[in-house]
Amino acid sequence: MKKIESGNVAAALGVKLAKVQVVAAYPITPQTPLTEKLSELIEGDELKAEYITVESEHSALAVCIGAASAGARAFTATSANGLLYMSEQVHWAAGARLPLVMCVVNRGVGAPWTVWNDHQDSISQRDAGWIQIYVNDHQEIIDTVIKAFRLAEAVSIPVMVCYDGYYLSHTYMPFDVPDEQKVDTFLPEYQYKHTLDPQNPENLNTVTMPFARPDRDGVTQPGYMDIRHNLHEELGTAIPVFEQIDAAYKEAFGRGGKPIMSDYRCEGADYIVVSMGSLANRIKDVVDELNDEGVKVGVLSLHLYRPFPREQIIAALENAKGVIVIEKALSYGNEGALFGDIKAALYPCEKRPFVHNYIIGLGGREIKQADLYDSIKASCTASENFEDVSRWIGLNR
Amino acid sequence: MDEFKCEIKTSNSKSGPGDAGRTGSWRVERPVIDLSKCTPAKRQKDSCYLCWLYCPDGVISKELEPKIDLEYCKGCGICAQECPTGAIKMVEETSLIEEERKNDEKN
Ligand code: SF4
Ligand code: SF4
Repeated sequence: MKKIESGNVAAALGVKLAKVQVVAAYPITPQTPLTEKLSELIEGDELKAEYITVESEHSALAVCIGAASAGARAFTATSANGLLYMSEQVHWAAGARLPLVMCVVNRGVGAPWTVWNDHQDSISQRDAGWIQIYVNDHQEIIDTVIKAFRLAEAVSIPVMVCYDGYYLSHTYMPFDVPDEQKVDTFLPEYQYKHTLDPQNPENLNTVTMPFARPDRDGVTQPGYMDIRHNLHEELGTAIPVFEQIDAAYKEAFGRGGKPIMSDYRCEGADYIVVSMGSLANRIKDVVDELNDEGVKVGVLSLHLYRPFPREQIIAALENAKGVIVIEKALSYGNEGALFGDIKAALYPCEKRPFVHNYIIGLGGREIKQADLYDSIKASCTASENFEDVSRWIGLNR
Repeated sequence: MDEFKCEIKTSNSKSGPGDAGRTGSWRVERPVIDLSKCTPAKRQKDSCYLCWLYCPDGVISKELEPKIDLEYCKGCGICAQECPTGAIKMVEETSLIEEERKNDEKN
């Protein structure tokens, strides 16, 4: 069924189709309409789930952790400072290997206060052990939310579905709502392997020692480092698993095929722009303009940011002359976060392309097509001594 | 559902002694029960057992003469605090070890 709705509603409809059993979320701009829609769906009995109201984001995720530990499919959503407020539980959910799904409606982080979009909130949580997926439009929001539940449950690792505040959350776009019965087949009822059971009481995520320890029955149990190594390894397996799940989704619904990253005019391009989220869509127009002028440039939209798809990145970029990373977040005091990751991935390549970095649109600062055009063109025509620093576009000087 | 070879390592445990390893080595003070003050021991009848109930490590037995598994007793002193008859005293491990050594030498 086709619908014209906001990105937040697209997310809520995805959550509804996923038949979640528990929703706990605290409203925060620009995520608020998503939680409002969910509470409306639950109140109206359209979604048979428990909506647990909480006093904070920390509690929202804590409730979801409890629900998932008891075997329920659970969902939460947040933005910016809300995400940071729940950060302790964000790390916990990954270490506890709970298959939660959370939408992060991307917004800049205070201080100073901003309610506008950038990617600093979710990027700051990239090392927590969650799977992070960045989507480009409303169709991808609803499709990815559904796929995210299957992915989270397949590898028992929580998934963040990140989409841009306002650019996607509050704008209206047409999208297709997948058929409910088909979604039921694609995403059957959730059976968690390690559910709390009153008949068989146990402690979950108990204190670990630096060493592996014998348990009550004398069986050696993994220590902290073993458990964390296992999370790291199994995050890596999430890449092929996500590809398989996406292929199954494509077969059922006819959409998908590029879950890790999608490319536009990258075939045979000399220069490739790398970006995430709705910004990647905007760059397509600039790429078209530059190709008309004879500059062979494409844009690669990275969807899967964690686990970082190193091999796929190398394959996509190693034959280019130059890579231009344009992003809305950075590791303060260093450089763009994605820029650093891309450079590190390309380090072993024999013929290494140059990599340039532009920081843009922080706190919703207007992103002008002309600025994008000038920056990309400057990089494509750069001389050898183009300084390797992160360049900030659109500063008020 | 998708079958993938995930091990999903976490730290889960059943409650009981040995949950967190040999916690007996953490002990600075040792609980010592004076059976002449302990209600079930005195009456030779099941009763009280508050020490058994409160011990966070589950290392006190529910017997007429309650016993403490020192392999795992971490010396928190909760049993001594909860015992209504004051039958449990916390005694410095060092003094007990010295006493034990002297006894060993005698034998
Ligand atoms: S001191 Fe008492 S309560 Fe504490 S662990 Fe030892 S026996 Fe249990
Ligand atoms: S709490 Fe004190 S009186 Fe009661 S059983 Fe234990 S040692 Fe005996």
